[in-house]
Amino acid sequence: MSTHDRQGNETPAIDPALEQGPQTSEHGRSGPLRPTDELSAAERQALIASMSPEDAERVPELHEVEVPPELREKIEEAMSRYPQLRSASIPALWAVQRHYGWCSPEGIRQAAAVMGVSPAYLQSVASFYDLFRLTPTGRNRILVCHNISCWMRGADDVLKRFCEAAGVDPHEAEHNGGNSPDGEFFVQGFECLGACDIAPMASINEHYYGPIELDEVETVIDRLRRGEDPLPEKDIRKRTLAGGAEAPEVETNADA
Amino acid sequence: MPERRLLFKNLDEPGLRTLDVYKRRGGYRALERAIRELEPDQIIAEIEESGLRGRGGAGFSMGKKGSFLPRGDMPKYLCCNADESEPGTFKDRELMFKNPHGLIEGIVIAAIAVGAQHAFIFIRGEYWDVADVLDAAVREAYDAGLVGERILGSNHSVQLVVHRGAGAYICGEETALLDSLEGKRGNPRLKPPFPAVQGLYGGPTLINNVETLMNVPHIIRHGAEWYKRLGTEQSTGTKVVSVSGHVQRPGNYEIELGIPAREIIFGLAGGPPPGRRVKVWFPGGSSAPVLTEEELDLPYSFESMAEAGSMLGSGAIIVGDDTVSVPELALRTARFYHHESCGKCSPCREGTNWTVKMLERVVRGEATPMDLDIIASVQENIIGNCLCVLGDAMAMPVGSMVRKFRHEFEEVIERARAAHGGPLDAAPDDVPPVPLGVHA
Repeated sequence: MSTHDRQGNETPAIDPALEQGPQTSEHGRSGPLRPTDELSAAERQALIASMSPEDAERVPELHEVEVPPELREKIEEAMSRYPQLRSASIPALWAVQRHYGWCSPEGIRQAAAVMGVSPAYLQSVASFYDLFRLTPTGRNRILVCHNISCWMRGADDVLKRFCEAAGVDPHEAEHNGGNSPDGEFFVQGFECLGACDIAPMASINEHYYGPIELDEVETVIDRLRRGEDPLPEKDIRKRTLAGGAEAPEVETNADA
Repeated sequence: MPERRLLFKNLDEPGLRTLDVYKRRGGYRALERAIRELEPDQIIAEIEESGLRGRGGAGFSMGKKGSFLPRGDMPKYLCCNADESEPGTFKDRELMFKNPHGLIEGIVIAAIAVGAQHAFIFIRGEYWDVADVLDAAVREAYDAGLVGERILGSNHSVQLVVHRGAGAYICGEETALLDSLEGKRGNPRLKPPFPAVQGLYGGPTLINNVETLMNVPHIIRHGAEWYKRLGTEQSTGTKVVSVSGHVQRPGNYEIELGIPAREIIFGLAGGPPPGRRVKVWFPGGSSAPVLTEEELDLPYSFESMAEAGSMLGSGAIIVGDDTVSVPELALRTARFYHHESCGKCSPCREGTNWTVKMLERVVRGEATPMDLDIIASVQENIIGNCLCVLGDAMAMPVGSMVRKFRHEFEEVIERARAAHGGPLDAAPDDVPPVPLGVHA
């Protein structure tokens, strides 16, 4: 790195890191971060090039990409359900996530090939939605609601206890979610999951459980390790109406 | 005042989610009447006459909305908004999980009424189990000829797809929902054109909440006159309210609109724990300006909540007792909207961000009472200046908290400052310079 050329007329030596193309650091970003107005014109060009690798822009041909048959079948089935096939983006990404456990770059490329869209397009969709994971996640996915109603009933402590029991960094969990070192758990503090009646609650492997007591958290983690139902007695599917079985009904003509 | 069950009738009956039991309870008779006895325009007129207002938040007349769709032969669509992401709201989850056919029947009738050939249930991705139940019920309905080509032998055809979202509050906003359903990022669109004219795939589209659509079969079966007798003049029918937070029996309750809010919070949900008082409550989800203990005796209806400067919204009542710190509640609320802001327009993207930062300073004791005026002015500059109502949805409750509980914010600031021991009016030289500009 020789000079900082703000005019951009001369072309100084390009940062070797940029010349070699994108290098993924532990934060998933390429190269050291510097304000873009300190870069020369050539550096900027190189940076832009590194941000749009050509294989993300172009629609991959089906023969170039090996797609697992069951994944392809699921995506094609989704495409057939909508008047316009792009509507299948989210179902396709769900299929990828179900297949690989996360929206991996290969998975996205495969889905793009089946749908006839660019991988960059699917990536842009995936990055918008909270449930799509763009990094690998632990085997058990625990989303702890920490929105208003759950917070009022102690969700912050529940989340912290889950982090301790599963070995997940609490700071990571509160933001974009974190994995346990053994790869068993993914824990994330999540926005309202729509089950404030069982607050504080969590969505564990896509099923809702609550209200979760602090001293139940370790049991949940143990049971998940053994591949058992974490908290069968507090499964929301078993919950009946809060007002009980007997309540006055509206009379209709049919009843008369 | 007890519940008044209409949508909740037989809801816990085992097997109600199967077609057999649903039919035995009178299911799909409204659809038969709609097809055999009524013209599409008559269905809309009946719904309009019933006074049914949207149960998703805005409270707009469903019949009117339906009548805005152009007549004629063109691709039209119906979207059932089952994205239910408003904090505190969980009514549609229980309704759909326990009575999926009640929703399907409502959708098919509404689709026939507006001439939509394609209908979608946009359900939030978190409700995986509920979506499975809907999928199974839709399959059953297809097999029985209640959905699909030539329904019940008529000339009406409606295709119905259950579409799972992937976690974004903004997709509950109707135009963002359409973008998401088209396979894009869920950004709201500029209105007009409204979806009734140009919606999904550019075609006229009717968008309604789950609970709204589930009222339709009852109205068609028993008539608008009968339905109008329920509730108040401007808020007809029953409403499912989701009560949560500091109450002893949180859950969904179905009530006749217009009963005092106190009856719902205390009579049905059991009120706050013994020895505690209600300090603050949201009458219609976290987007509704908060109300206080003095406002508990107001009738719970669209018009009365609006008069009180708030809204009935989705019918989600969140109760906070006297242990709740309002500044922390404001921060929690603002953080949610900051997280969910799609970033498309600046007042919301920047406004939610700065509100969170300022409230964090309040809670950390780094703010001055003057900051409260800045917080209030930021909220005022968000309201009415965004593409959609997400920004307003933060500005309204946060603004109301600062207005109604200003003394508490000031107390928190003062207490935190005293705890840190720093004089409030420190001489400029004692304060390290604040770096300014883009490289800060």
